[in-house]
Formats: sequence, C-alpha cells, structure tokens
Amino acid sequence: MSEHMSIAQALIAAIADAMAEDPMVCLLGSPLGLGPQRMLMNGLREAHPDRVLDPPTCEAGNAALGVGAAMGGARPFVDLSTGSFSFLAFSQIVNEAAVAHYMSNGKVRVPVTYHTLEGVRGGGAPQHSQNVHALFWNASGLEMLAPATPADMYGLARSAIASDNPTFIMGHAKLLGLEGPVPERKAVPIGKADIKRRGRDVTIVAIHLMVHPALAAAEALAKEGIDVEVVDPRTLAPLDEATILSSVAKTGRLVVVDEAPLQGSIASGIAGMVAERGFHSLKAPIQRVARPDAPVAFAAGLEALLVPTAETIAAAVKRTLSTS
Amino acid sequence: MTKPQTDDLRWKLFETMLLMRRFEESVSRLNEQKHFTGHYHLYIGEEATGSAAMACLEPRDTITTTHRNHGHVIARGADPGAALAEILGRAGGLNGGRGGTIHLCDPALGFLSTSGIVGGSISMGSGGAFARKMKKDGSIHMAFFGDSALEEGVAFEALNIAALWKLPCVFLCENNSAEAWAPGSGGYTTLVHAAHDLRAIPAALGIPTTRVDGVDVDACHAAIMEGVARCRAGEGPVFIEAMTKRWAGSAPLWPELSTGVTDLRMATGEASTTGEHHAWFEHDDPVLRLARTLLAGAPANKARVFDMDARVRARMAEAEAFAIASPSPAAATLLDHVFA
Ligand SMILES: Cc1ncc(C[n+]2csc(CCOP(=O)(O)OP(=O)(O)O)c2C)c(N)n1
Ligand SMILES: [Mg+2]
Repeated sequence: MSEHMSIAQALIAAIADAMAEDPMVCLLGSPLGLGPQRMLMNGLREAHPDRVLDPPTCEAGNAALGVGAAMGGARPFVDLSTGSFSFLAFSQIVNEAAVAHYMSNGKVRVPVTYHTLEGVRGGGAPQHSQNVHALFWNASGLEMLAPATPADMYGLARSAIASDNPTFIMGHAKLLGLEGPVPERKAVPIGKADIKRRGRDVTIVAIHLMVHPALAAAEALAKEGIDVEVVDPRTLAPLDEATILSSVAKTGRLVVVDEAPLQGSIASGIAGMVAERGFHSLKAPIQRVARPDAPVAFAAGLEALLVPTAETIAAAVKRTLSTS
Repeated sequence: MTKPQTDDLRWKLFETMLLMRRFEESVSRLNEQKHFTGHYHLYIGEEATGSAAMACLEPRDTITTTHRNHGHVIARGADPGAALAEILGRAGGLNGGRGGTIHLCDPALGFLSTSGIVGGSISMGSGGAFARKMKKDGSIHMAFFGDSALEEGVAFEALNIAALWKLPCVFLCENNSAEAWAPGSGGYTTLVHAAHDLRAIPAALGIPTTRVDGVDVDACHAAIMEGVARCRAGEGPVFIEAMTKRWAGSAPLWPELSTGVTDLRMATGEASTTGEHHAWFEHDDPVLRLARTLLAGAPANKARVFDMDARVRARMAEAEAFAIASPSPAAATLLDHVFA
C-alpha cells in the first residue's frame, strides 16, 4: 500500500521499523534537527525509551560510542546533528569505523549508521552550512548514501541499518520537509543508482538536494526540445559507475551537479571517472556545476549566488550542446 | 587492599606473564633480525596488570586496547604463532598481515578494536560497554589505555557518557610514565598533563577510582576484580590506574631489549642483579617479582618455575618458526575486506 510521507517521516518510519524488528537497533540523538519535524521523534521515544537516547554534545564521543557498540553487537544509528559538527567525529568515522574491517582481515564488523543534516540551509553562515560528503567520500571502507526522495530515504535508511559496514546517510537540511510517495516499505539496495528521468540528449548526474533543481531544469529544457536524463546515484560510496557510464554512452554529454565546493567535490570525482572511462562516448566537454570554492555567506543575497539552481544547471546543459 | 591470592591463581598468572615476556623478547629479536620493519611497542614491565586483568574477565566480556597490545592479546589466549606472524605482516597472522603490531585483534577472544589512535580504545570502550548493557546479560567491557590517552579530548567525552548512562566499563589506565624521558631527551612520547593525579578526571564525573601498584600481580588482581564486580552488578563504570615503572627498553624512541633476555636465576639469587638496571631486576620487573614470591620459603618450587619457563620457551620457539615460515599475503587479496 503506497504511503505519502515527508523525508523526515520516511526516516523515522525506517528507524521505527528497524527497531521493531531488531532489539539491538538503537538511536542516539535526534536526526530531525530543531525544526517542526522534530515532534515526529515523540512516538519513537515513547515506544523505545531504553533505545532512544539523548547523548551529550560530544560528536567525537558519540561517533566512537557508535563504533564500539557496533563492534560489540549493537546496530546503532548515531545522529551527528548539523553536517558541520560531524568534522569533530572525523577520526572516529574515518580512522576507526571505516578501517576496522579491513585491518582485522574481515574479522571485525562495524554495523553503525551515521546521519547528518548537511548543506546550505539558509542563513547558516559558514559554520552551519558545510557540505561534508565530499570530505568523507575519500574514506575507504565507508558506505555513503544521499537519498533525495522519501522512498529512497526509507529504503536506504533500512539498508544502512541492516548493513554490516559503517554507513553515513547524508541528509540535507532543506530536504526534511519534502513530500512524496513511498510505494512500499522496502529496502533500497546500496550501490544502485536510480534514473529519475529518462532522456536522450544530455545526462545530468545530481546528488541529493540537487536532484530537484536538476529535474526542474530538465522540465524547462524539455519545453525547448532538449531531452535530459537525470541520474541520481543515491549511493555515493560505493558509486554505481556502470549506470552513469551507460547513460553517458547513450547521450554523449554530461553535466554533474553537487552543492559542495567544486574542488574535490563529487561533481569533480564523477567528471574524472567519466573522462577516464567514458571518454570515447563524450561529444562535448563535461560540465561541473558546484559551489565556488568559498565559505557560505550569511547574507541571503550572497548565499543564493553560491548554490547551483535549475537555471545554472540548464545553462550548463546548453554549454554541452553548443560546444559540439 | 591487597588480598592474598591462592597459589593456583599465582601459578596460572605466572605462566601467562612468562609467555607475555618471552613473546616480547621474540618480537625484539625478530625486529633486530629485520623480519619486520616499522615502529612497535613492547609490553614488558606491565605483565602483572595485563595478566591479572584478563584473569578477571569472562569469555563473553569484551575488550578494546591500544598500540601496546601484545601482552593483552597473548594473556587473553591468542595463539602466539598467529600473533607473531601478524607482527611480521604474514598471511598466517591473526589479521592476515593487514593490521600488524599496532592492531592485533581477535574478536573471537572478545577484542572489539585494537586502535593505534591515542584515545581510541577509551572512546570505543564506552561503546563496547553500551552494547554489553543492551545485551542485559551481566557481561562487561574493559578498555585498556595508556596515561597519555587522557590528554585526548575524546577520553573526557567517553568517560562522561559512561558515567551518565552507567555503562559497565572498566577503564584500565596503564600509567607507565614514571621514569619515562621526554621526547626532548630522545625518549618516546609520554604524559604531558596539567592534572598530576589522573584519577581527578574521572572522579570529577563521579566515576569511582582506584590506584594500584601495576607490578604487584596480587594487588592488581584484587583491585581489578573489585572493579569488575561493581560493573557486573550494574553500578556503572570504574577507573583503575595501574602504576608501573617504565621499562628501560620502552623509554627511548625505538624499543630495545636493554635489560637483556629475562634471567629467572635472578629470582633465586644465582645470577647477579647489579649494574645499571639493578632497581628493575630487584623491584620493578613484575615477572621476577612474582617468581620471588613463588619461591619465597618454598625452594621446592624452583624446579616448577624453571620447567614452566622451559615449556614457555619451547612454545615460543614453535611460534617463531611458524611466523617466519608463514608466507606474505597474496597480492590478489589486496582489496579483500574493504567492505563486509
Ligand atoms: C591521535 C594520536 N596522536 C598521536 C599519536 C602518536 N603516539 C603513539 S603512542 C603515543 C604515546 C602514548 O602514550 P600512552 O597512551 O601513555 O601509552 P604508552 O605508549 O605509554 O603505553 C603517541 C603520542 C597517536 N598514535 N595517535
Ligand atoms: Mg604511557
């Protein structure tokens, strides 16, 4: 039976369903921030007072708690609050959780899930607006998910909690309230991209929040007769390279969109991967649409200039068509 | 607070301590012979603490440890051959050569993590204890860490969480900083803390603390057993500080077997203890100290001590042969186990 949910509801539903199925699943912190959605936590707290915990403000300690608890047989879901704060937990995630399986020769498993609300959220100024996914993307051994719809959030959160690997769900502050159908309460496989819109002329690969301006750009371009395919990787690590490459093989043109600063972004990484492995399919230079390499300004007018929009994405699509 | 221990327990601990000592002597020799490269840390001088601690744990209890882990892993019952092969980076190693000396880890023995990140074992220790608490079966977690771990901010965070949620964690601080040299004089990194009494840090959070002579195996066993019992009873975490003198070989930047291969005849008076390391041989070496206790007023025990050592040495000879014969990991396995 299809349900209609916000991303916030989908995340809470996934955690609630996982907790109901497995007594070792627990939640540290509240993944819904300080906005109105936070009230959705109440049901979860009432249902599982022993397994929903409010930890102190100590991101490193909480992240480490998750690693140790996961190694010890629990399946903790650890919320790291605003993306920028997850930097305090960098060592615990990158240097403990992500390497333990490899360095024990496969003997140790770390089924911890981290979640954060990252990105340019409006008035966050530099310290509450960081996109952190690109920095964590370089950590081998860490699964990284970036759901853009309620159905993907439900399904990927279920897969994250069930995964025997450390998994980081990159939530976006602006996505929490986004609503949509959840056709089935079903896990979405990790490592599988989703083609959010089919098209023949140009491929846009866009990640989490950016999927939505990319789809808006595609609709606008359709009116001009340009048929855009929008690929949502959904999983950033491991990346579904095959789906991206086969889309580019079909269209010959690629625009990659990421809200993170351009240098070292996922847009840059995917562009590099396609330049190397899909070079002969390309009919035009790849276009990367990302944030300029600058901190995020507080003033609304300046902040708006930094982030990719449907317009800047559409302009990039046109550049791939004019340079052929 | 020292309770007299039974002779049976003392003998059991003595055998464990001998194995830990002979193991480290092998590691040192194999390093000198260039069977492995890179930095490493020996557990010599802390055997009383580690063996007593392991004797207080049950098989279902879990453990996190550090760069100075060899003694813990051996005392808990890991195969010395596999442990040595890991230090040599061999396929037959405890972790297939992927972790090496700093990361010997056997989850089958309850080791959750052996982290070389200072503060790692204490911070993940709270997590290990959290999982024990969720199991609701009276099992506990023991986190081993050095004194310097309390310089890391995350240590405070982990202690705070453990205290808040009454997690069943024994925080076992192995303080080996007495006699250590500062890096400025060519020594290995050591305690640099404004708190001169480290117990003040957990105490500020309401965690009960004890300090014990880490060279005295009876005292260690009694103190740790008391802490373990508290945790098992659900009374929350405890902090135990075991004080050892830093073994001379662990003082310089690079470990060296400066006190030589342990000569148990020093415990019987048949070998001289004079010279630069006199205090070590007479007071601070936990193996010699326990040997003297076992021999005191019981000359008949002498044969048992030396027989036990001969058995341990034979076991280590086999372990060395296994480790040296073990092949390097196959190139085809390079990318195995990135993900589960
Ligand atoms: C986060 C981090 N910082 C620095 C180091 C380098 N380091 C390795 S061992 C060590 C000193 C550790 O002292 P202590 O915890 O007292 O253990 P001991 O070696 O004395 O047993 C340092 C600083 C490290 N491994 N990890
Ligand atoms: Mg120390």
